[in-house]
Amino acid sequence: MQSTGLNSPESAVTETVATDPGLRIPPKPEVGLPLWLLAELTYRCPLQCPYCSNPLDFAKQGQELTTEQWFKVMAEARQMGAAQIGFSGGEPLVRQDLAELIAEARRLGYYTNLITSGIGLTEQKIIDFKKAGLDHIQISFQASDEQVNNMLAGSKKAFAQKLEMARAVKKHGYPMVLNFVTHRHNIDKIDRIIDLCLALEADFVELATCQFYGWAHLNRVGLLPTKDQLVRAERITNEYRARLAIDDNPVKLIFVTPDYYEERPKACMNGWGNIFLTVTPDGTALPCHGARQMPIQFPNVRDHTMQHIWYDSFGFNRFRGYDWMPEPCRSCDEKEKDFGGCRCQAFMLTGDASNADPVCSKSEHHGLITQARDEAEYASQTIEQLAFRNERNSRIIAKS
Amino acid sequence: MSFDRQLIPRWRQGYRFQFEPAQNGHVLLYPEGMIKLNESASAIGGLIDGERSVEAIIAALDEQFPGVPELGTDVEQFMEVARAEHWIELA
Repeated sequence: MQSTGLNSPESAVTETVATDPGLRIPPKPEVGLPLWLLAELTYRCPLQCPYCSNPLDFAKQGQELTTEQWFKVMAEARQMGAAQIGFSGGEPLVRQDLAELIAEARRLGYYTNLITSGIGLTEQKIIDFKKAGLDHIQISFQASDEQVNNMLAGSKKAFAQKLEMARAVKKHGYPMVLNFVTHRHNIDKIDRIIDLCLALEADFVELATCQFYGWAHLNRVGLLPTKDQLVRAERITNEYRARLAIDDNPVKLIFVTPDYYEERPKACMNGWGNIFLTVTPDGTALPCHGARQMPIQFPNVRDHTMQHIWYDSFGFNRFRGYDWMPEPCRSCDEKEKDFGGCRCQAFMLTGDASNADPVCSKSEHHGLITQARDEAEYASQTIEQLAFRNERNSRIIAKS
Repeated sequence: MSFDRQLIPRWRQGYRFQFEPAQNGHVLLYPEGMIKLNESASAIGGLIDGERSVEAIIAALDEQFPGVPELGTDVEQFMEVARAEHWIELA
Protein backbone atom coordinates (compact mmCIF):
# COMPACT_ATOMS: atom_id res chain seq x y z
CA MET A 1 0.00 0.00 0.00
CA GLN A 2 0.97 3.65 -0.27
CA SER A 3 2.03 5.99 2.45
CA THR A 4 -1.32 7.56 1.94
CA GLY A 5 -2.62 10.65 3.65
CA LEU A 6 -5.83 9.20 4.95
CA ASN A 7 -8.08 12.15 5.59
CA SER A 8 -7.89 12.71 9.27
CA PRO A 9 -11.21 12.90 11.01
CA GLU A 10 -11.89 16.60 11.20
CA SER A 11 -12.94 16.63 14.76
CA ALA A 12 -10.74 14.59 17.01
CA VAL A 13 -12.78 13.34 19.89
CA THR A 14 -11.12 12.86 23.21
CA GLU A 15 -12.97 11.36 26.07
CA THR A 16 -11.82 10.26 29.45
CA VAL A 17 -11.91 6.57 30.11
CA ALA A 18 -14.69 5.90 32.55
CA THR A 19 -13.28 4.80 35.87
CA ASP A 20 -15.16 4.06 39.00
CA PRO A 21 -14.23 6.81 41.47
CA GLY A 22 -14.75 4.34 44.32
CA LEU A 23 -11.80 2.24 43.21
CA ARG A 24 -9.21 5.01 43.76
CA ILE A 25 -7.36 4.11 40.61
CA PRO A 26 -5.03 6.93 39.62
CA PRO A 27 -6.65 8.83 36.75
CA LYS A 28 -5.56 7.65 33.35
CA PRO A 29 -4.40 10.23 30.84
CA GLU A 30 -7.08 11.15 28.35
CA VAL A 31 -7.04 8.64 25.56
CA GLY A 32 -8.84 9.25 22.29
CA LEU A 33 -11.20 6.73 20.73
CA PRO A 34 -9.83 4.45 18.01
CA LEU A 35 -12.04 6.07 15.37
CA TRP A 36 -10.05 4.66 12.46
CA LEU A 37 -9.36 0.98 11.96
CA LEU A 38 -6.96 0.12 9.18
CA ALA A 39 -7.28 -3.57 8.33
CA GLU A 40 -4.22 -4.66 6.41
CA LEU A 41 -5.66 -7.94 5.21
CA THR A 42 -2.60 -9.30 3.46
CA TYR A 43 0.91 -8.45 2.32
CA ARG A 44 0.33 -10.32 -0.93
CA CYS A 45 0.25 -7.93 -3.89
CA PRO A 46 0.54 -8.28 -7.65
CA LEU A 47 2.32 -4.90 -7.90
CA GLN A 48 5.89 -4.06 -6.91
CA CYS A 49 5.79 -0.35 -6.10
CA PRO A 50 9.21 0.81 -4.94
CA TYR A 51 7.58 3.30 -2.54
CA CYS A 52 5.40 0.78 -0.73
CA SER A 53 5.05 1.50 2.98
CA ASN A 54 4.89 -2.19 3.90
CA PRO A 55 7.80 -3.44 5.98
CA LEU A 56 10.88 -4.51 4.02
CA ASP A 57 10.73 -8.00 5.49
CA PHE A 58 7.03 -8.56 4.73
CA ALA A 59 7.86 -11.89 3.10
CA LYS A 60 8.76 -13.48 6.43
CA GLN A 61 5.71 -12.30 8.38
CA GLY A 62 3.42 -14.83 10.01
CA GLN A 63 0.14 -16.34 8.91
CA GLU A 64 -2.79 -14.16 7.92
CA LEU A 65 -5.73 -13.80 10.26
CA THR A 66 -8.79 -15.87 9.42
CA THR A 67 -12.20 -14.48 8.51
CA GLU A 68 -13.49 -15.16 12.04
CA GLN A 69 -10.49 -13.44 13.63
CA TRP A 70 -11.15 -10.36 11.52
CA PHE A 71 -14.84 -10.45 12.52
CA LYS A 72 -13.79 -10.36 16.17
CA VAL A 73 -11.35 -7.49 15.60
CA MET A 74 -13.99 -5.48 13.76
CA ALA A 75 -16.71 -6.10 16.34
CA GLU A 76 -14.51 -5.14 19.28
CA ALA A 77 -13.11 -2.03 17.62
CA ARG A 78 -16.60 -0.93 16.55
CA GLN A 79 -17.80 -1.27 20.13
CA MET A 80 -14.94 0.99 21.19
CA GLY A 81 -15.96 3.68 18.71
CA ALA A 82 -14.23 2.86 15.43
CA ALA A 83 -16.38 4.36 12.67
CA GLN A 84 -14.14 4.15 9.62
CA ILE A 85 -12.60 0.93 8.39
CA GLY A 86 -10.07 0.74 5.59
CA PHE A 87 -9.45 -2.60 3.90
CA SER A 88 -5.90 -2.40 2.72
CA GLY A 89 -2.77 -4.47 2.31
CA GLY A 90 -0.83 -5.51 0.22
CA GLU A 91 -3.67 -5.87 -2.20
CA PRO A 92 -6.86 -6.64 -0.25
CA LEU A 93 -8.54 -8.09 -3.35
CA VAL A 94 -6.43 -11.23 -3.07
CA ARG A 95 -8.37 -12.18 0.08
CA GLN A 96 -11.12 -14.55 -1.04
CA ASP A 97 -13.30 -13.52 1.91
CA LEU A 98 -13.24 -9.80 1.12
CA ALA A 99 -16.98 -9.55 0.34
CA GLU A 100 -17.75 -11.33 3.62
CA LEU A 101 -15.54 -8.97 5.57
CA ILE A 102 -17.15 -5.94 3.91
CA ALA A 103 -20.64 -7.23 4.67
CA GLU A 104 -19.83 -7.81 8.33
CA ALA A 105 -18.16 -4.40 8.69
CA ARG A 106 -21.15 -2.67 7.16
CA ARG A 107 -23.54 -4.65 9.36
CA LEU A 108 -21.59 -3.43 12.39
CA GLY A 109 -22.09 0.17 11.25
CA TYR A 110 -18.68 1.01 9.83
CA TYR A 111 -18.12 3.31 6.90
CA THR A 112 -16.31 0.83 4.68
CA ASN A 113 -13.38 1.86 2.47
CA LEU A 114 -11.61 -0.41 0.01
CA ILE A 115 -8.06 0.78 -0.68
CA THR A 116 -6.89 -1.01 -3.78
CA SER A 117 -4.57 -0.87 -6.77
CA GLY A 118 -7.50 -1.99 -8.92
CA ILE A 119 -5.50 -4.99 -10.09
CA GLY A 120 -7.68 -8.03 -9.66
CA LEU A 121 -10.86 -5.96 -9.59
CA THR A 122 -13.70 -6.81 -11.99
CA GLU A 123 -17.02 -5.15 -12.67
CA GLN A 124 -18.73 -8.16 -11.09
CA LYS A 125 -16.74 -7.68 -7.88
CA ILE A 126 -17.64 -3.99 -7.87
CA ILE A 127 -21.31 -5.00 -8.04
CA ASP A 128 -20.92 -7.73 -5.41
CA PHE A 129 -19.12 -5.41 -2.99
CA LYS A 130 -21.85 -2.83 -3.42
CA LYS A 131 -24.42 -5.44 -2.45
CA ALA A 132 -22.26 -6.37 0.53
CA GLY A 133 -22.40 -2.73 1.65
CA LEU A 134 -19.11 -1.23 0.51
CA ASP A 135 -19.27 2.57 0.86
CA HIS A 136 -16.23 3.72 -1.07
CA ILE A 137 -13.39 2.58 -3.30
CA GLN A 138 -9.97 4.20 -3.50
CA ILE A 139 -7.83 3.30 -6.49
CA SER A 140 -4.14 4.06 -6.56
CA PHE A 141 -2.33 5.00 -9.73
CA GLN A 142 1.41 5.02 -10.15
CA ALA A 143 1.55 7.65 -12.94
CA SER A 144 -0.65 9.37 -15.51
CA ASP A 145 1.42 7.88 -18.26
CA GLU A 146 0.92 4.26 -19.24
CA GLN A 147 4.56 3.39 -19.63
CA VAL A 148 5.76 4.95 -16.38
CA ASN A 149 2.79 3.55 -14.50
CA ASN A 150 3.39 0.03 -15.72
CA MET A 151 7.09 0.20 -15.06
CA LEU A 152 6.53 1.35 -11.48
CA ALA A 153 3.74 -1.08 -10.87
CA GLY A 154 5.84 -3.87 -12.32
CA SER A 155 2.95 -4.96 -14.55
CA LYS A 156 2.31 -4.45 -18.26
CA LYS A 157 -1.45 -4.25 -18.02
CA ALA A 158 -1.81 -2.22 -14.86
CA PHE A 159 -2.73 1.13 -16.37
CA ALA A 160 -5.48 0.03 -18.76
CA GLN A 161 -7.02 -2.11 -16.01
CA LYS A 162 -7.04 0.81 -13.56
CA LEU A 163 -8.75 3.13 -16.03
CA GLU A 164 -11.42 0.56 -16.76
CA MET A 165 -12.04 -0.10 -13.07
CA ALA A 166 -12.14 3.59 -12.14
CA ARG A 167 -14.90 4.06 -14.73
CA ALA A 168 -16.78 1.03 -13.40
CA VAL A 169 -16.54 2.31 -9.81
CA LYS A 170 -18.27 5.56 -10.79
CA LYS A 171 -20.77 3.76 -13.00
CA HIS A 172 -21.96 1.74 -10.03
CA GLY A 173 -22.55 4.75 -7.85
CA TYR A 174 -19.59 4.74 -5.48
CA PRO A 175 -17.75 7.83 -4.37
CA MET A 176 -14.18 7.48 -5.58
CA VAL A 177 -10.83 8.60 -4.28
CA LEU A 178 -7.93 8.42 -6.69
CA ASN A 179 -4.55 8.26 -5.08
CA PHE A 180 -1.37 9.20 -6.88
CA VAL A 181 1.88 8.79 -5.03
CA THR A 182 4.09 11.43 -6.55
CA HIS A 183 7.88 11.42 -6.63
CA ARG A 184 10.70 12.87 -8.72
CA HIS A 185 9.83 10.70 -11.75
CA ASN A 186 6.17 11.68 -12.11
CA ILE A 187 5.60 14.93 -10.20
CA ASP A 188 6.37 17.12 -13.22
CA LYS A 189 3.31 15.63 -14.90
CA ILE A 190 1.01 16.78 -12.12
CA ASP A 191 -1.22 18.64 -14.59
CA ARG A 192 -1.78 15.46 -16.56
CA ILE A 193 -2.40 13.53 -13.36
CA ILE A 194 -5.08 16.00 -12.27
CA ASP A 195 -6.62 16.07 -15.76
CA LEU A 196 -6.87 12.30 -15.69
CA CYS A 197 -8.56 12.34 -12.26
CA LEU A 198 -11.06 14.95 -13.42
CA ALA A 199 -11.81 12.95 -16.57
CA LEU A 200 -12.44 9.89 -14.40
CA GLU A 201 -14.78 11.96 -12.17
CA ALA A 202 -12.94 11.33 -8.92
CA ASP A 203 -14.58 12.85 -5.83
CA PHE A 204 -11.26 13.20 -4.01
CA VAL A 205 -7.77 13.23 -5.46
CA GLU A 206 -4.84 12.50 -3.19
CA LEU A 207 -1.63 13.89 -4.63
CA ALA A 208 0.55 12.33 -2.01
CA THR A 209 4.20 13.12 -2.36
CA CYS A 210 5.99 10.01 -1.31
CA GLN A 211 6.68 9.70 2.42
CA PHE A 212 9.74 7.75 3.29
CA TYR A 213 8.84 4.59 5.15
CA GLY A 214 9.35 0.95 4.29
CA TRP A 215 10.42 0.51 0.68
CA ALA A 216 10.23 4.22 -0.02
CA HIS A 217 12.88 4.85 2.64
CA LEU A 218 15.13 2.28 0.98
CA ASN A 219 14.66 4.07 -2.36
CA ARG A 220 14.66 7.61 -1.05
CA VAL A 221 17.43 9.01 -3.21
CA GLY A 222 15.66 7.81 -6.32
CA LEU A 223 12.27 9.15 -5.23
CA LEU A 224 12.58 12.46 -3.37
CA PRO A 225 11.66 15.34 -5.68
CA THR A 226 13.66 18.55 -5.66
CA LYS A 227 12.39 21.67 -3.97
CA ASP A 228 11.72 23.25 -7.38
CA GLN A 229 9.71 20.25 -8.54
CA LEU A 230 7.62 20.39 -5.40
CA VAL A 231 6.99 24.12 -5.51
CA ARG A 232 5.93 23.90 -9.12
CA ALA A 233 3.58 20.97 -8.45
CA GLU A 234 1.92 22.76 -5.56
CA ARG A 235 1.50 25.94 -7.60
CA ILE A 236 -0.16 24.00 -10.43
CA THR A 237 -2.41 22.20 -7.96
CA ASN A 238 -3.49 25.54 -6.51
CA GLU A 239 -4.26 26.85 -9.98
CA TYR A 240 -6.52 23.85 -10.57
CA ARG A 241 -8.18 24.36 -7.19
CA ALA A 242 -9.00 27.98 -8.05
CA ARG A 243 -10.52 26.95 -11.37
CA LEU A 244 -12.51 24.10 -9.82
CA ALA A 245 -13.88 26.42 -7.15
CA ILE A 246 -15.11 28.86 -9.81
CA ASP A 247 -16.88 25.98 -11.57
CA ASP A 248 -18.31 24.82 -8.21
CA ASN A 249 -16.83 21.41 -8.97
CA PRO A 250 -17.13 19.21 -5.84
CA VAL A 251 -13.85 17.38 -6.44
CA LYS A 252 -11.31 17.98 -3.69
CA LEU A 253 -7.59 17.99 -4.43
CA ILE A 254 -5.53 16.92 -1.44
CA PHE A 255 -1.84 17.78 -1.78
CA VAL A 256 0.45 16.05 0.68
CA THR A 257 3.86 17.69 1.01
CA PRO A 258 6.70 15.35 1.94
CA ASP A 259 8.07 15.92 5.42
CA TYR A 260 11.50 16.47 3.96
CA TYR A 261 10.61 19.99 2.86
CA GLU A 262 9.07 21.08 6.14
CA GLU A 263 10.70 22.87 9.06
CA ARG A 264 8.21 21.51 11.58
CA PRO A 265 7.11 17.88 11.81
CA LYS A 266 3.62 16.66 11.10
CA ALA A 267 1.28 15.81 13.96
CA CYS A 268 1.75 12.19 13.00
CA MET A 269 -1.42 10.08 13.30
CA ASN A 270 -2.89 12.95 15.34
CA GLY A 271 -0.85 11.59 18.19
CA TRP A 272 0.32 8.10 19.12
CA GLY A 273 -2.58 5.78 19.93
CA ASN A 274 -5.04 8.64 19.71
CA ILE A 275 -7.28 7.92 16.69
CA PHE A 276 -5.64 5.30 14.47
CA LEU A 277 -5.41 1.59 14.99
CA THR A 278 -3.79 -0.62 12.38
CA VAL A 279 -4.04 -4.39 12.39
CA THR A 280 -1.47 -6.07 10.15
CA PRO A 281 -2.05 -9.31 8.20
CA ASP A 282 -0.71 -11.52 10.99
CA GLY A 283 -2.72 -9.77 13.70
CA THR A 284 -0.10 -7.42 15.12
CA ALA A 285 -1.82 -4.23 16.26
CA LEU A 286 0.01 -0.97 15.61
CA PRO A 287 -0.65 2.71 16.36
CA CYS A 288 0.27 3.43 12.73
CA HIS A 289 1.07 1.30 9.70
CA GLY A 290 4.76 2.24 9.81
CA ALA A 291 5.39 1.29 13.42
CA ARG A 292 6.21 -2.36 12.89
CA GLN A 293 9.92 -1.70 12.37
CA MET A 294 10.30 -0.22 15.84
CA PRO A 295 12.01 -2.18 18.59
CA ILE A 296 8.75 -2.42 20.52
CA GLN A 297 6.80 -5.58 21.21
CA PHE A 298 3.37 -4.72 19.84
CA PRO A 299 0.36 -6.77 20.93
CA ASN A 300 -1.36 -9.30 18.69
CA VAL A 301 -5.12 -9.57 18.32
CA ARG A 302 -4.82 -13.36 18.65
CA ASP A 303 -3.69 -12.94 22.25
CA HIS A 304 -5.54 -9.87 23.50
CA THR A 305 -8.83 -8.02 23.22
CA MET A 306 -8.89 -4.72 21.33
CA GLN A 307 -9.84 -3.05 24.61
CA HIS A 308 -6.63 -4.25 26.22
CA ILE A 309 -4.57 -3.43 23.15
CA TRP A 310 -5.81 0.15 22.86
CA TYR A 311 -5.96 1.15 26.50
CA ASP A 312 -3.53 -1.07 28.39
CA SER A 313 -0.83 -2.46 26.12
CA PHE A 314 2.72 -1.21 26.47
CA GLY A 315 3.08 -0.51 22.76
CA PHE A 316 0.04 1.77 22.49
CA ASN A 317 0.95 3.69 25.65
CA ARG A 318 4.63 4.03 24.81
CA PHE A 319 4.38 7.52 23.29
CA ARG A 320 1.09 8.78 24.66
CA GLY A 321 1.13 12.07 26.53
CA TYR A 322 4.32 14.10 26.85
CA ASP A 323 6.32 12.51 29.66
CA TRP A 324 8.40 10.36 27.32
CA MET A 325 9.82 13.36 25.50
CA PRO A 326 13.46 14.36 25.81
CA GLU A 327 14.65 17.82 24.76
CA PRO A 328 14.11 19.75 22.56
CA CYS A 329 10.49 18.49 22.57
CA ARG A 330 10.03 18.46 26.34
CA SER A 331 10.23 22.22 26.76
CA CYS A 332 8.90 23.08 23.29
CA ASP A 333 5.77 25.21 23.18
CA GLU A 334 4.64 23.42 20.01
CA LYS A 335 4.65 19.90 21.45
CA GLU A 336 0.88 19.85 21.89
CA LYS A 337 0.48 20.76 18.24
CA ASP A 338 2.76 18.16 16.63
CA PHE A 339 3.59 15.68 19.44
CA GLY A 340 7.24 15.84 18.39
CA GLY A 341 6.40 14.49 14.92
CA CYS A 342 6.69 10.95 13.71
CA ARG A 343 8.13 8.28 16.02
CA CYS A 344 8.94 5.94 13.13
CA GLN A 345 10.87 8.63 11.32
CA ALA A 346 12.75 9.54 14.49
CA PHE A 347 13.68 5.88 14.90
CA MET A 348 14.65 5.31 11.27
CA LEU A 349 16.83 8.39 11.04
CA THR A 350 18.30 8.71 14.54
CA GLY A 351 18.08 5.20 15.98
CA ASP A 352 16.02 6.41 18.94
CA ALA A 353 12.25 6.62 18.58
CA SER A 354 11.96 9.13 21.47
CA ASN A 355 14.01 11.77 19.70
CA ALA A 356 12.44 14.75 18.01
CA ASP A 357 11.47 13.98 14.43
CA PRO A 358 14.52 15.23 12.44
CA VAL A 359 12.12 17.08 10.14
CA CYS A 360 11.97 19.68 12.92
CA SER A 361 14.59 22.38 12.53
CA LYS A 362 15.02 22.30 16.32
CA SER A 363 16.26 18.70 16.11
CA GLU A 364 20.00 18.20 16.37
CA HIS A 365 19.58 15.67 13.54
CA HIS A 366 17.89 18.10 11.15
CA GLY A 367 21.06 18.04 9.05
CA LEU A 368 20.01 14.59 7.79
CA ILE A 369 16.95 16.19 6.22
CA THR A 370 18.75 19.12 4.66
CA GLN A 371 21.39 16.71 3.35
CA ALA A 372 18.66 14.62 1.68
CA ARG A 373 17.30 17.81 0.09
CA ASP A 374 20.75 18.59 -1.26
CA GLU A 375 21.13 15.07 -2.61
CA ALA A 376 17.82 15.43 -4.43
CA GLU A 377 19.37 18.25 -6.46
CA TYR A 378 21.84 15.95 -8.19
CA ALA A 379 20.35 12.46 -7.81
CA SER A 380 20.47 10.53 -11.06
CA GLN A 381 18.80 7.22 -10.25
CA THR A 382 16.37 6.01 -12.90
CA ILE A 383 13.15 4.17 -12.17
CA GLU A 384 14.72 0.89 -13.24
CA GLN A 385 17.42 1.28 -10.59
CA LEU A 386 14.96 1.38 -7.69
CA ALA A 387 14.52 -1.67 -5.44
CA PHE A 388 11.14 -3.08 -6.34
CA ARG A 389 8.87 -4.36 -3.60
CA ASN A 390 8.56 -8.08 -4.26
CA GLU A 391 9.02 -11.35 -2.42
CA ARG A 392 12.50 -11.94 -3.78
CA ASN A 393 13.86 -8.57 -2.69
CA SER A 394 12.08 -8.87 0.64
CA ARG A 395 13.69 -12.22 1.38
CA ILE A 396 17.14 -10.91 0.48
CA ILE A 397 16.63 -7.92 2.77
CA ALA A 398 15.22 -10.05 5.59
CA LYS A 399 18.31 -12.27 5.46
CA SER A 400 20.88 -9.51 5.45
CA MET B 1 -30.25 36.77 -2.12
CA SER B 2 -33.18 34.98 -0.56
CA PHE B 3 -33.02 31.27 0.06
CA ASP B 4 -35.51 29.08 -1.79
CA ARG B 5 -37.15 26.96 0.90
CA GLN B 6 -38.79 24.73 -1.66
CA LEU B 7 -35.43 23.11 -2.41
CA ILE B 8 -35.01 19.51 -1.29
CA PRO B 9 -31.68 18.58 0.31
CA ARG B 10 -30.15 15.14 0.02
CA TRP B 11 -26.82 13.84 1.24
CA ARG B 12 -24.19 13.67 -1.44
CA GLN B 13 -23.53 10.21 -2.79
CA GLY B 14 -21.25 8.35 -0.41
CA TYR B 15 -22.05 10.59 2.58
CA ARG B 16 -23.73 8.97 5.54
CA PHE B 17 -25.33 10.55 8.59
CA GLN B 18 -25.44 8.31 11.62
CA PHE B 19 -25.47 8.20 15.39
CA GLU B 20 -22.28 7.07 17.07
CA PRO B 21 -22.89 5.70 20.57
CA ALA B 22 -19.21 5.92 21.55
CA GLN B 23 -19.15 9.65 20.71
CA ASN B 24 -22.67 10.17 22.02
CA GLY B 25 -23.50 12.21 18.98
CA HIS B 26 -24.21 12.25 15.28
CA VAL B 27 -21.52 12.23 12.63
CA LEU B 28 -21.33 12.60 8.90
CA LEU B 29 -19.20 9.87 7.38
CA TYR B 30 -17.62 10.11 3.94
CA PRO B 31 -14.65 8.52 2.15
CA GLU B 32 -11.92 8.24 4.77
CA GLY B 33 -13.34 11.06 6.82
CA MET B 34 -15.79 12.04 9.51
CA ILE B 35 -17.34 15.24 10.77
CA LYS B 36 -18.82 15.38 14.24
CA LEU B 37 -22.01 17.41 14.17
CA ASN B 38 -23.24 19.62 16.98
CA GLU B 39 -26.73 19.28 18.38
CA SER B 40 -28.51 21.64 16.05
CA ALA B 41 -26.75 20.28 12.97
CA SER B 42 -27.71 16.79 14.13
CA ALA B 43 -31.36 17.77 14.52
CA ILE B 44 -31.39 19.19 11.00
CA GLY B 45 -29.35 16.33 9.56
CA GLY B 46 -31.76 13.78 10.95
CA LEU B 47 -34.52 15.25 8.81
CA ILE B 48 -32.63 15.20 5.52
CA ASP B 49 -34.08 12.26 3.63
CA GLY B 50 -34.16 13.36 0.01
CA GLU B 51 -37.90 13.99 0.26
CA ARG B 52 -38.47 16.80 2.76
CA SER B 53 -37.99 20.33 1.48
CA VAL B 54 -36.14 22.90 3.53
CA GLU B 55 -39.52 24.36 4.42
CA ALA B 56 -40.76 21.00 5.66
CA ILE B 57 -37.60 20.55 7.73
CA ILE B 58 -38.12 23.95 9.35
CA ALA B 59 -41.75 23.09 10.09
CA ALA B 60 -40.79 19.74 11.62
CA LEU B 61 -38.13 21.35 13.82
CA ASP B 62 -40.55 24.07 14.87
CA GLU B 63 -42.87 21.38 16.12
CA GLN B 64 -40.05 19.57 17.92
CA PHE B 65 -38.57 22.71 19.47
CA PRO B 66 -41.36 25.28 19.63
CA GLY B 67 -40.46 28.91 20.13
CA VAL B 68 -36.82 28.78 19.04
CA PRO B 69 -36.12 32.20 17.54
CA GLU B 70 -34.39 32.45 14.14
CA LEU B 71 -34.98 28.74 13.52
CA GLY B 72 -35.61 29.28 9.82
CA THR B 73 -32.43 31.31 9.39
CA ASP B 74 -30.38 28.69 11.24
CA VAL B 75 -31.63 25.95 8.97
CA GLU B 76 -30.95 28.07 5.89
CA GLN B 77 -27.43 28.73 7.14
CA PHE B 78 -26.79 25.06 7.72
CA MET B 79 -28.01 24.27 4.21
CA GLU B 80 -25.76 26.92 2.71
CA VAL B 81 -22.68 25.69 4.56
CA ALA B 82 -23.44 22.02 3.85
CA ARG B 83 -24.00 22.85 0.20
CA ALA B 84 -20.75 24.86 -0.04
CA GLU B 85 -18.86 21.97 1.57
CA HIS B 86 -20.54 19.58 -0.88
CA TRP B 87 -22.02 17.47 1.91
CA ILE B 88 -25.49 17.85 0.45
CA GLU B 89 -27.08 18.57 -2.89
CA LEU B 90 -30.04 20.90 -3.09
CA ALA B 91 -32.48 20.31 -5.90
